[in-house]
Amino acid sequence: MHELPQNLANGLFLGAMYGLIAVGYTMVYGIIQLINFAHGEIFMTGAFGALAVYSKLGANVSIWLALPLMIVGGVATATLVAVLAERFAYRPLRNAPRLAPLITAIGLSIFLQQLVWGFPGNKSARVFPQLPGGPFHLGSVVFQSADIFVVVAAVLSTLFLAYFVRSTRTGRAMQATAQDPDTAKLMGIDTDKVIVIAFAIGAVFAAIAGISSGLRYGQIEYNMGFLNGLFAFTAAVLGGIGNIYGAMLGGLVLGLAQTLSAAYIQYIPGMSQFGSQDWSGVWAFVILILVLMFRPQGLLGERVADRA
Amino acid sequence: MTALLEVEDLRVAYGKIEAVKGISFSIEQGQIVTLIGTNGAGKSTTLRTISGLLKPAGGTVRFNGERIDGTAANKIVGMGLAHSPEGRRIFARMSIEENLQLGAFLRRDPAGIQADMDRAYTLFPILGERRKQAAGTLSGGEQQMLAMGRALMSQPKLLMLDEPSMGLSPIMMQKIMSTIVELRDQGMTILLVEQNAQAALSLADRGHVMEIGKISLSGTGADLLHDESVRKAYLGED
Repeated sequence: MHELPQNLANGLFLGAMYGLIAVGYTMVYGIIQLINFAHGEIFMTGAFGALAVYSKLGANVSIWLALPLMIVGGVATATLVAVLAERFAYRPLRNAPRLAPLITAIGLSIFLQQLVWGFPGNKSARVFPQLPGGPFHLGSVVFQSADIFVVVAAVLSTLFLAYFVRSTRTGRAMQATAQDPDTAKLMGIDTDKVIVIAFAIGAVFAAIAGISSGLRYGQIEYNMGFLNGLFAFTAAVLGGIGNIYGAMLGGLVLGLAQTLSAAYIQYIPGMSQFGSQDWSGVWAFVILILVLMFRPQGLLGERVADRA
Repeated sequence: MTALLEVEDLRVAYGKIEAVKGISFSIEQGQIVTLIGTNGAGKSTTLRTISGLLKPAGGTVRFNGERIDGTAANKIVGMGLAHSPEGRRIFARMSIEENLQLGAFLRRDPAGIQADMDRAYTLFPILGERRKQAAGTLSGGEQQMLAMGRALMSQPKLLMLDEPSMGLSPIMMQKIMSTIVELRDQGMTILLVEQNAQAALSLADRGHVMEIGKISLSGTGADLLHDESVRKAYLGED
């Protein structure tokens, strides 16, 4: 296997980013059964918010000083957009038929893309600052500072979320709301507040993913949320939608599937034309279909048979 | 003596269909009051409106002298009105302990919460034995105990129970009914919705018969138990 460790590492970096985005899909779905198709754009606005902060600081500021401020700016932007979307686009449709908020989400996705596109500056791609240092070598694996950033961010975020959901009062309110919103209200839980928090946490994770993407690829675009959002949604379904660990696992599986298929499918006799990078999305969805055929609830999803 | 709960001309509608068509009743401190009636009479809708899950289309609800119609459900429970919903609705994927803790969600007194949890375990020892177990693994009767215990964790002044006997074995039903009396004897005020009219009326201080959204008959539990029309319609006699 040619360069297997390197390909596994690349899959891990990509998967960590998908996982960070997927958490937002899965949390919102878990609580209000809405597939927030505008979540990819939350990821995008996070990256743009960070870039805006960087531009304001000017090129003379050290990146190590700028990065924390960029994270704050990106997270703040994405969270604001997500909370406004929940308040004004989704909440009025809380009791509407399922199709209404879904269409709204798609509309919001297009709106946010066009809004960002409309800002002055280069339309196709904007240069994102790079982290200095690297490339680093670990055995035969080569990686950049940005790769370390995304892996550390994914691990820390997941640990934080696990602690938050399991051990804090708000986290337990969130679990209760996901299981049975009406009964949660009868316990005294303000379910509207819980829903806002779910959107906000998803946005924080997405913004960190957006910044990771900018750091890794050196540029960001107004439409970067479309494909990444779609893959992250796939990751959420693959892992079992509604399950936060499932979202991370689904992200890793998907990232590895894409990277490994791009690297090795071409060596399978007769498959040489299906192995390029262009086909990696196809293989990712093949994996999704196979998993869903045998485990319709996703890798870590639970069967819905709660009530005795 | 002022009533703890006063419902006046309450109307509730699902879209254009009126499910509760102007009912009035009140509950005095320390009483067990029951609403009986067939499926679809509007009993659960009445409870869901009192606890704030549904908004009334008209009328007033006063609890402890304060108007609560239109107040959000999560605020009403903090005022001392607990609702154990139809079908028990326990949080199946959480442990028994976590379910009870959620019942005390608005309380900030860890020592008091612990004391009330111990009280729930004394009232229902099976819950104490299985406190770490997922609530979904309990039997129907045990889940009912958990639902009642959870409602009590908010330290309510009024406990509303919706069909606690539903789907239970006769022995388990006996246990639940005797617990309701035990709670009343300790000073709890209870609004009990039941399809099992015999059981409900025999322990209630007052009863109201609901028929298609209206109260058709009211009286003491004993009166209704011996009322001929009630016996015909709800106690299976002819």
